[in-house]
Amino acid sequence: MTAVEDRPMTAGPAKEVGQARKRKEDARLITGKTTWTDNMVLPGMLHLAVVRSPVAHAKLGTIDVEAARSAPNVVAVFTGRDLAEEQGSIPCAWPVTPEMVNPGHPSVAVDEVNHVGEAVAVIVARSKTAAQDAVELVDVDYDPLPVVLDMERALAEGAALTHDHVASNESYRWIFDAGEAGTGSSTDEAFAKADVVVSRRFVQQRLIPAFMEPRSTVVQPQGDNYTMWSATQVPHILRIMLAMTTGVPEHKLRVIAPDVGGGFGGKLQVTPEEVITLLVAKRLGKPVKWTETRSESLMSAHHGRDQIQYVDIAADREGNVLGLKVHLLADMGAYLRLVTPGVPILGAFMFPAIYKFPAYRFDCQGVFTNKTPTDAYRGAGRPEATFAIERIMDELAVELGMDPLELRRKNWINADEFPFTTVAGLEYDSGDYEQATQQALELLGYDELREEQRRRRESNDPVQLGIGFSTFTEMCGLAPSRVLGSLSYGAGGWEHASIRMLPTGKVEVITGSTPHGQGHETAWSQLVADELGVPFEDIEVLHGDTAISPRGLDTYGSRSLVVGGAAVVNASQKVVAKARTVAAHLLEASEDDLQFESGTFSVRGTPGSGVSIQEIALATFAAHNFPDGVEPSIDADATFDPVNFSFPHGTHICAMEVDTETGMVTIRKYACVDDVGKIVNPLIVEGQIHGGLAQGIAQALYEEAVYDEDGNLTTGTFVDYLVPSAADLPHFDTGNTVHEAPGNPIGAKGVGEAGCIASTPAVVNAALDAVRHLGVTDILMPLTPERVWRAIHRGGDGGDRATAGTNAYGGAQTETTAGVSTPESRLGGDR
Amino acid sequence: MIPAAFGYVRPGTVDEALRALADGGEDAKVLAGGQSLIPVMRLRLAAPSMVVDLTRVTELRGVRDDGDALAIGAMTTHSDVISDPLIREFAPLIAQATETVADRQVRHRGTFGGALAHADPAGDLPAVALALDAEFVLAGPGGRRTVPARDFFVDYLTTALAEDELLVEVRIPKLAGSWGMHYEKFNRVAQAWSIVAVAAAVRRENGHIAEARIGLTNMGPTPLRATATEQALAGADAGEAAIAEAARHAAEGTAPSDDLNARADYRAHLAEVLTRRAVTAAVGL
Ligand SMILES: Cc1cc2nc3c(=O)[nH]c(=O)nc-3n(C[C@H](O)[C@H](O)[C@H](O)COP(=O)(O)OP(=O)(O)OC[C@H]3O[C@@H](n4cnc5c(N)ncnc54)[C@H](O)[C@@H]3O)c2cc1C
Repeated sequence: MTAVEDRPMTAGPAKEVGQARKRKEDARLITGKTTWTDNMVLPGMLHLAVVRSPVAHAKLGTIDVEAARSAPNVVAVFTGRDLAEEQGSIPCAWPVTPEMVNPGHPSVAVDEVNHVGEAVAVIVARSKTAAQDAVELVDVDYDPLPVVLDMERALAEGAALTHDHVASNESYRWIFDAGEAGTGSSTDEAFAKADVVVSRRFVQQRLIPAFMEPRSTVVQPQGDNYTMWSATQVPHILRIMLAMTTGVPEHKLRVIAPDVGGGFGGKLQVTPEEVITLLVAKRLGKPVKWTETRSESLMSAHHGRDQIQYVDIAADREGNVLGLKVHLLADMGAYLRLVTPGVPILGAFMFPAIYKFPAYRFDCQGVFTNKTPTDAYRGAGRPEATFAIERIMDELAVELGMDPLELRRKNWINADEFPFTTVAGLEYDSGDYEQATQQALELLGYDELREEQRRRRESNDPVQLGIGFSTFTEMCGLAPSRVLGSLSYGAGGWEHASIRMLPTGKVEVITGSTPHGQGHETAWSQLVADELGVPFEDIEVLHGDTAISPRGLDTYGSRSLVVGGAAVVNASQKVVAKARTVAAHLLEASEDDLQFESGTFSVRGTPGSGVSIQEIALATFAAHNFPDGVEPSIDADATFDPVNFSFPHGTHICAMEVDTETGMVTIRKYACVDDVGKIVNPLIVEGQIHGGLAQGIAQALYEEAVYDEDGNLTTGTFVDYLVPSAADLPHFDTGNTVHEAPGNPIGAKGVGEAGCIASTPAVVNAALDAVRHLGVTDILMPLTPERVWRAIHRGGDGGDRATAGTNAYGGAQTETTAGVSTPESRLGGDR
Repeated sequence: MIPAAFGYVRPGTVDEALRALADGGEDAKVLAGGQSLIPVMRLRLAAPSMVVDLTRVTELRGVRDDGDALAIGAMTTHSDVISDPLIREFAPLIAQATETVADRQVRHRGTFGGALAHADPAGDLPAVALALDAEFVLAGPGGRRTVPARDFFVDYLTTALAEDELLVEVRIPKLAGSWGMHYEKFNRVAQAWSIVAVAAAVRRENGHIAEARIGLTNMGPTPLRATATEQALAGADAGEAAIAEAARHAAEGTAPSDDLNARADYRAHLAEVLTRRAVTAAVGL
């Protein structure tokens, strides 16, 4: 700041931005002594339990609810037919093409069920236990229909249909051709003149967001007003969408996201259960709560990823890339939810990544199957793109006999070329890929590990070593509203903030970017402390309640700091500008003669004179002595709409040991250097990187939602849906380079998804590098020991896993946890 | 995840527990550490009408030196087993295998007897008990009886325990001579059950293997002994080549299942590799 330059000798208190502050919200979040939705108890509150389909595709016959209705403490039972008039369809805000087929998504199935776990009836009871007990008493006739599970087969001629009433299993086809768009040249020509073409089919397995806090919703009616508390990432979007879906007018609906325990995109949704809870509260005029079980969560909350990627890359002999073609099949699941069709489109622009491709074509088909709908999951589209490009770069390097890093270097954008407009038409803001890579190589101890790899190879060690790279970038800060409009997204991408200066000098910061564990309260306080020069402790950040924070677009897409934080900074600066007018009046000086430093306005060259912004807050409250014609308020708000995305980047390197006898893979070392622009809080950045790495590594090694041939989710508990813990992950060697983002006043680029986007291909590339000399060219994710062993000893990519769940808990799976009575549960014996 | 309604009693002695079991009828279930029973009840895969909680039956807890055997009370928790000096001295295999069970929280509640009575083929302790020729002391309305390990494990999640019987203690014969032991577990994440595991106890004499006992985890509906490998090792040279050769027979006579973690042929392969590793470690190579 210029004020500091004026008087370098009297440096004020240390800047907050850049300090590794411990997160002020953590004590209450970690101990659970907070407002988790399920902690909420209201007088006379009723409880919901949802009866879910145990079959993947069937016509609904009669639903006999009499026994359930007359069970003790049951108040009401509703089926889809009871709610059909009011429930509308779960909204899809992203019709990616005008022709996109949306089959409609009733919250409770009316005529047909289309995936296991779909709601078919709702029990309302005086206790959670009574509601749950009655679930088994509902008798549903299912008239089975053919089940569609495999995307490639679903698109074949004469395939069975996911929905009876649509013409095919294709929801949409979306094409971006750089040649046609004028951002690049024709791929046909590029491939025709190429010396080398490499084609691969990669599979992004289906994943489950598996947030820590299960979903929960409470609705309280009050006259014709409704207050909804929900474990959601998006209270603002939820309010608008519920108003549009259920007919409860927007101004009669208040949505509160209290403290929310994680989401990873999994709570970026308008869920059937939120609609159901609202409708039941409306019907009965009583407060109602729904909280899911973990089994329900795994099978019915939306899933992520699930793409088949056909990727072709063209290059000349020297390793200059000439063109890239991507054809995606993206599994929508049975229905389109909030942004289901848009997720692969978010990836469309990222396949060219950091490389200077002259030609590019992207072609995506959205495909229906009888599975849980997919939607946003940490990274949403960009991890898929990063995986495909970083994997195929390695394959191209092998084909050319080049070092994988040399190939990348040859083709990446150089530091002096920023801002750089890519073949996909994006303008990358800033960065230095070489610098990050050098730093990461040092962190890893690259040369030594390469040497050890050579030794192990020569001695034919049963444990082989491999090293894998991912030099990634992503588009963050969702998003410029105009860009979203051009992609047919149903909303803008701005963010709102306001600052309230309280009479005692304390500060309330209201943000529209609702956190669900990211640490906004801490980071926003740091930003405001520096802008206003008030103590960190004097700042409270309010969020997540549409009555308190009336405007906002919430948290996803690494947007909060970049867009929401920027709004906070702009609002703060407006407060300072207003306060300056008051200060000038109080100090009887001209505004131009004032300097503002460490929270105090003073007259330049007049030491000792001064009034703090906190004192001005009190003077404003009293308003006894105010400048003429100025309204007595120094509060301010701001709405920030970025003009461009921001583009974090980084180099991730994984060293992997592969036990060739058993197929077990073990990460030996993991180093990454990320450029996320300006770092507001290094501790939070480090935490986001660690969490992201855990999830990205989990995609590579552990997690997969598996369906059996009948469409049952057999990874229906955490015994079989394998989420790693700290005990299963290596130490992470992390570092940063800093190239500030020019597109926002903070200079931050976004960090929430970086680790998750970058790590997956580095891990897979490392495993392949360890065993490629044994003839292995690909292994399906997750790299289970069995798959790795098969790929080494039997050839191929490891193949599909057997679908049966393991026998812990008697092989529990959706068939039995869907809440239907089974012979076993009636008998009372173990299965 | 709410279990169906059930009755509950918490007896203080074995006799009271037996009476409660008899009164509870055929749907009564014994609750030990609850780490297997409670999850299946919450998933409503089991819905007992009466739960007989053994946590207050103190006579079932603890490890005794019983002359030529150790007597481990059924209600001894995994964490007590791990830190018990008698087990460390006479049956380190049990301590080592128990350390691989689940995580600290589960080991703090889960019990030795519960894990054996549950008889999950993926559980780690049944194969260990089988390898050590454990004896199971069962109490019923008519008195006590002793069942050898090979007869205790009957089928998937099924043991020789009758509905009105309790497992009260497990006797582990003290081994004479110079024994080495090792439990080799193969799983994907730290707290998970075994995909396959091998329990090996080996007696060395004059540079040779005099006797080997090998228990296999998750290679069939019950824990199994790798009999062919045991025979091949008896009298064999205590060297890498002989061990590797013997280990090639580890999967003979097994009937492993197919599931998400492994198909049967891969399990058979793992059994060989892990047997080789377990025996090699037990021998001290
Ligand atoms: C997350 C998790 C991970 C786990 N991982 C592993 C693992 O890696 N390896 C492993 O081996 N185990 C694992 N387990 C299981 C754990 O070892 C259990 O503690 C054990 O299987 C059951 O012991 P319990 O005392 O909890 O028995 P309970 O759950 O109380 O009982 C289990 C069964 O045994 C019966 N029973 C118990 N005691 C008696 C008795 N004295 N007489 C007659 N019947 C009796 C019960 O009626 C019930 O049917 C895991 C459990 C969890 C929750």
